[in-house]
Amino acid sequence: MAPIKSLEDLQRVRDEALEKRRVKSASGQTQVIVGMGTCGIAAGARDTMKAILEYIEHSGLTGVIVTQTGCIGLCEQEPIVQVVIGDQPKVTYGKVNAETARQIMREHVEEGKVVDSHSINL
Amino acid sequence: MKYFRSHVLLCVDPECLKHGAHEVMDALQDELVAEGLINEVQVLETSRIGGCSNGPEIMVYPEGIHYANLTVDDIPYLVEEHFLKGRVAQKLVMPIEKVVDEELSAPTHKEIRIVLRNCGVIDPENIEDYIAEDGYMALAKCLTEYTPDQVISTVLESGLRGRGGAGFPTGKKWQLARNSPDFPKYLVCNADEGDPGAFMNRRVLESDPHSVIEGMVIAAYAIGASQGYIYCRAEYPIAVRTLNIGIRQAREMGLLGHNILGTDFSFDLEVRMGAGAFVCGEETALMSSIEGKRGEPRPRPPFPAQRGVFGRPTNINNVETYANIPQIMLRGAEWYASMGTEKSKGTKTFALAGDVKHTGLVEVPLGLSLREIIYDVGGGIKDDKPFKAIQTGGPMGGCLPEEYLDLPIDYEALAAAGSIMGSGGLVVMDDETCMVDIARFFMEFTQDESCGKCVPCRVGTRRILEILQRICNGEGKEEDLNTLDELCAEIKSTSLCGLGQGAPNPVESTLKHFRAEYEAHIREKRCPAKVCKALIRYDILESICTGCTVCARNCPVNAISGERRQAHHIDPDVCIRCGICMQVCNFNAIEIN
Repeated sequence: MAPIKSLEDLQRVRDEALEKRRVKSASGQTQVIVGMGTCGIAAGARDTMKAILEYIEHSGLTGVIVTQTGCIGLCEQEPIVQVVIGDQPKVTYGKVNAETARQIMREHVEEGKVVDSHSINL
Repeated sequence: MKYFRSHVLLCVDPECLKHGAHEVMDALQDELVAEGLINEVQVLETSRIGGCSNGPEIMVYPEGIHYANLTVDDIPYLVEEHFLKGRVAQKLVMPIEKVVDEELSAPTHKEIRIVLRNCGVIDPENIEDYIAEDGYMALAKCLTEYTPDQVISTVLESGLRGRGGAGFPTGKKWQLARNSPDFPKYLVCNADEGDPGAFMNRRVLESDPHSVIEGMVIAAYAIGASQGYIYCRAEYPIAVRTLNIGIRQAREMGLLGHNILGTDFSFDLEVRMGAGAFVCGEETALMSSIEGKRGEPRPRPPFPAQRGVFGRPTNINNVETYANIPQIMLRGAEWYASMGTEKSKGTKTFALAGDVKHTGLVEVPLGLSLREIIYDVGGGIKDDKPFKAIQTGGPMGGCLPEEYLDLPIDYEALAAAGSIMGSGGLVVMDDETCMVDIARFFMEFTQDESCGKCVPCRVGTRRILEILQRICNGEGKEEDLNTLDELCAEIKSTSLCGLGQGAPNPVESTLKHFRAEYEAHIREKRCPAKVCKALIRYDILESICTGCTVCARNCPVNAISGERRQAHHIDPDVCIRCGICMQVCNFNAIEIN
């Protein structure tokens, strides 16, 4: 790290540290939840899950937690993926195949834009 | 890097291995492969998850779920439920107790945390975390806006006094070192916290080392020092580690070393480790230890400000004093002086110990009463027993009885009551404490730690200890009390350093406030608190004893005799007063006389 040479330098380092801390605490709360009930698995949730994990690995994304959940009662919409970022409301996506999963990861998780074409209202 | 959505920590301590941890590991791996999950779930071997009494056990993250008592047969179910379907396998879960910070709990409403503000909040090994909390801003302010004299006058105005215990005004100390004509000048931090049960400084060094480092750089700027030493006891290995990491990071960022923050000012720091002598907490002994000599005190004057480390002007302050400095410089002298009493400003950390409900570290504004600290901050006496005494200031402090509970804590008030502020130990005692025994205990400590250089401390403390031991053994003589009074006064007035001058305090204060207890030991051969072993005997109440024989079977010296279903009897000549019979008796048939 470059040495701090002035008060302005120090202030900059402080602001960066605060920003890092903010990003860390916010992104630490990013959760991608894949429905893994029998219905989900039958509809291909394993491939969806694999695509999400591969995406994270290749893009080097940090601070994302991938978890599973059971059947939420919308079996015809499976595979279902839910995304929660920070304290924003949970977004639920239906019929998420591997391709859609990658799109959700790119547009929603990374860029913060909800993929309206696949979101479903609960 | 490979991304795993879940991590499984499997305990491979010997006990868990004995119960089949390796077999469980193999089964887990096989099952994950069979379900095609092996690329998503990582299994790691680790140690100490839940204490091994319920092994084999695993911890699953990110959920943080603890499964215990696992067998190979459980694994297919566990993998299908948890890892494939994402449902917690409830029947295998064992809740794990959360790790509680026993040293430092959330502040009560009477506390104000300045020195402890970052403890448990920031990552002590990451300088950026400290900077995010406005760390080193005070230093930048001092170096760019203040002259050294202005820094000193701010510290003077704040009213900050030495937190090592003596309470010398910090600003004044800095002024003396600054005005000393000799060069180079040195700066020392006393981190040789040796009082039994005191750990305020350790906590600061381990959790917030940069506050001490920043305070030292500001002090060095104020007095014109170019080299500093932190003298930390070797018994604090984590503190030494965090300090060294902190110093290295501060150097890399240009906050220590040459041309700090791009200015002309240069200052560097080094950690020196003490080798375990209590007397090295005394400033002159500490300095000779830094020089590599035997840690023995020397007479003052010359004071460290004139002739300190390597014979050069030296400023020496305690960890807590330095840790206060950045906040004072940032928030102003007025803010600091708004807390505390007329002569003692700011806050003080205390290590609350003994028979009090909530033990641990507290930080309160000076001027709070002992009662508020014990009852409001500490939650009162354990088991709601009556309060008997409180000892302030570590092994050289005095014991104060109930009349002093409303005493406001500041340097002068404590000294007037016959005790000291010290580094901030507070030992609370309930009515089952024998004050003669307490005095003997502390005398044993100071006598053991006396360096032996001056006669009053070396010989005098030994004599006091012998008399106290005799009194506790029921062999006290009438004239002992006067001899103790005399010895205390003489040792206090003639010892070379603070250790000898303070050593008689526990004896002197208990003689003053609890003289009747001494007299009971000497005249009636009785220990009113039922503590001194030679003066008590255990008896079995015949009317209550059922003859169950449990006491006789547990007695380590076979002092108890009696027929089954008949009252038992303790032979006082054989009994060693260990009290085991009293603990095991189910009928409370044993009493102390």
